[in-house]
Amino acid sequence: MSARGASLEGAGRGGNAPPESSDVRLHVEQASYAYAVTDRGAPKFALGPVSFKASRHEIISILGPNASGKSTLLKLLAGVFKPISGFVRVDSFDASELEPKARAQKVALVQQESALLFPLRVWEFVLQGRYPYGRRLRFESEEDCLMAGNALAQVGATDLRDRWMEQLSGGEKQRVILARALAQQPALLLLDEPTQHLDIGGKLELLRRLRRLADENRYTVVVVTHELNLAAEFSDRILLLHRGKALACGPPAEVYQREILEPVFDAPLDVEIAPSGRPRVMLREVNEGPWGPRQ
Amino acid sequence: MQPLTPRRILGICALLGVVLFVAVVISLRLGAYPMSFRAILTSLYESVMGRGDQIPTDYQMVIFGLRLPRIAFGIIVGGALAVSGAGFQALLRNPLADPYVLGVSSGAALGAIVSLIFAPHVPLAMQGAAFAGAGITILAVYFLGRRGGQIDSSTLLLAGIISASFLSAIIMFLMTTLSGRDLRGMAFWLMGDLQTPPQLPLGFLFFVSLAAIGAIYTTASDLNLILTGEQEARHLGVNVARVKLVVYLSASLLTGLAVSVSGAIGYVGLLVPHVMRMLFGSDYRILIPASALGGAIAIVAADTLARTVASPTELPVGAMTAIVGAPVFIYLLRRRVG
Repeated sequence: MSARGASLEGAGRGGNAPPESSDVRLHVEQASYAYAVTDRGAPKFALGPVSFKASRHEIISILGPNASGKSTLLKLLAGVFKPISGFVRVDSFDASELEPKARAQKVALVQQESALLFPLRVWEFVLQGRYPYGRRLRFESEEDCLMAGNALAQVGATDLRDRWMEQLSGGEKQRVILARALAQQPALLLLDEPTQHLDIGGKLELLRRLRRLADENRYTVVVVTHELNLAAEFSDRILLLHRGKALACGPPAEVYQREILEPVFDAPLDVEIAPSGRPRVMLREVNEGPWGPRQ
Repeated sequence: MQPLTPRRILGICALLGVVLFVAVVISLRLGAYPMSFRAILTSLYESVMGRGDQIPTDYQMVIFGLRLPRIAFGIIVGGALAVSGAGFQALLRNPLADPYVLGVSSGAALGAIVSLIFAPHVPLAMQGAAFAGAGITILAVYFLGRRGGQIDSSTLLLAGIISASFLSAIIMFLMTTLSGRDLRGMAFWLMGDLQTPPQLPLGFLFFVSLAAIGAIYTTASDLNLILTGEQEARHLGVNVARVKLVVYLSASLLTGLAVSVSGAIGYVGLLVPHVMRMLFGSDYRILIPASALGGAIAIVAADTLARTVASPTELPVGAMTAIVGAPVFIYLLRRRVG
C-alpha cells in the first residue's frame, strides 16, 4: 500500500494513474479524438478509440493509408491534443495535462522542419533541444553542451556540429533534427514520417539508428511511416490504422496478412515471410483483377 | 561549441557602446558653431564630474542646450525602432519586417495627429494615441497578410505597404484641413525629423523604452525557437501565445514612442538588425541589445549627416535613412526571392 501511495504522489498533476509496471512507458487506453465540424459543414474526422502500451526498448510503427488518423494519433501521444475519451499516459503522466516544458522533457516529436529564416549552426540547433531544462534567458550550462554533444554523437553527427544547417544534405539534416530531439532526453521519441525525403540507403540507416537507440539507450520509439517493409524489419509491433480505427496491433508477422493489408491500402499485395521471420510486402499484378485499370 | 555567454554579450555591448560614444562626440563637434574635440571632451568630463559651472557658457549652451538633447532623443528613437524591427521580424517570422515598411509607423503617426487635433494639451495623449495606432495597424496587417490560416511573406509585405499608403492619404487629408498650422513642420515630422524636441522629459522616454526593450529581451530565447518554427517551439515547451503577446505589445509601444518623438523614420528597424545578425549571429539574446545600441548609432550618424550635408539647411533624418535603406531592402528582397 505504501508503495502505491508513493507512486501516486510522484504522479503529481498528471495524477490518478494506477501504479504500472515500471517498464511501461506509454499507456494509451481507449483514447479517441474528433475534429470540430468545419464551417463548410464537412464531416468531422474522428479517431479511435485506440488502446496500446509500449515499453522501454520498443519500436512501434503506426501504419495506414493517407487520412487514416496517423498524425492525429501522434499528436495525441505528443500531448498536443487532449483525448475526448480515454487517456494517453507517458510514465503515468497524462500527456496533455503536463506543463509544456515538463512535457518536452518526457516526449520529443520529430516532424518535417519548417524552413529556417536565418542561418543557424548545427550545434546551435541541437542546443535548442535543451530549452525545456532552462529558465528565462537560459545561457547554456556545461551540462547542456555535454548533452547536446552526446546527442550529436548518438546520431553519428559529431563532425557536423560547426556546419550551417542549410548546407546539410537531407540525410544529415534528418540526423541533426533527431539529435535535437535526443538532447531533450525524452523517455518517448515520436517521429512523423522521418524517412520521407531520404533515399533508400538513408532510410535504412535512420531505422538502424532508431533500433540502436531503442536497444541501447532504452528509448521508447513511435514512428509514423509509409514504409511497410522497413517498418516490418525494425519494429517490435505494428499499429495499423484505417479510417480512424485501429484495425490491428501486434508483431509484424501477425499484422501483415494479405487479407488485412489489401483492403486497407486498396492495392494488390503479397506477403511472404523472410528467413529472418519478418514479413515482406510486395506489389502483385496491378493490371488485372479488381485492382486493374478503372474507368 | 561555444555557446553564448553573458560575458560575450557584455563584451559586444561594450564595443558598441564605445562606437556610440565616438559617434556622439563627432556629432557634437559638427555644426555651425565650431568646437574642438578637446573642448567637447573636457566639457563632457567636467559635467560628469559635477563641475558644470566651470564650462564656458557658450559651450554649455551649444553642447547641453542644443546638440546633446537632440542626440539623446536620437539614441532613444534609434534603439526603439531597431528593437521593434527585430521584434516584428520574429513575431511575423519575416526577415523583411520593419515598422515603417509594414505601415506601423504610419499608423502611429495617424494616431499622433488625431490626438493633436482632438486633445492637443492632454499630457501623454500623443504617445498613447501613437501606441494605439501602431498596435491597430500591425493587427490589421497581420490579418490581411494571412492566407488560409498561414502568414504569407509577400502578402504580408504588400498588406503593410498598402496600409502605409492608405494611412498616409488619411494623414494628408487631415493635414490639409488643419488650416493655420505649421504645414512645413508637420511635413518634416512625417518624414522623420529630430529638429523639434518633444514635449516630454527625456528620462521618462528613456525608461519606458528601456522597459519595453527589457520585456522583449525576456523572451529572447523563446524567440530563437519560434524563428526556427512555431510548431517545433511549442513542442519544445515554449508558450508561443504569451511570447507573441509580449512582443506585440512592446514592439508597438516602441514604435509609438519613436514616432511620437521623431515621426516616421524608416528602415532603421530593418537595416540595423540585419547588420547585427551579420556581425554577431542570429541569437536574439545578443541581437536585441546589439540592435538597441546599433539603432542608436545609426540614428546619431544619420542625423549628423542630415544636419551637415546640405548645411546650412537641414534634411529630415528619415530622408537619410530611406536613401540608404530602400536600396538595401530591395537587395534583401531580391536575394530572398532568387
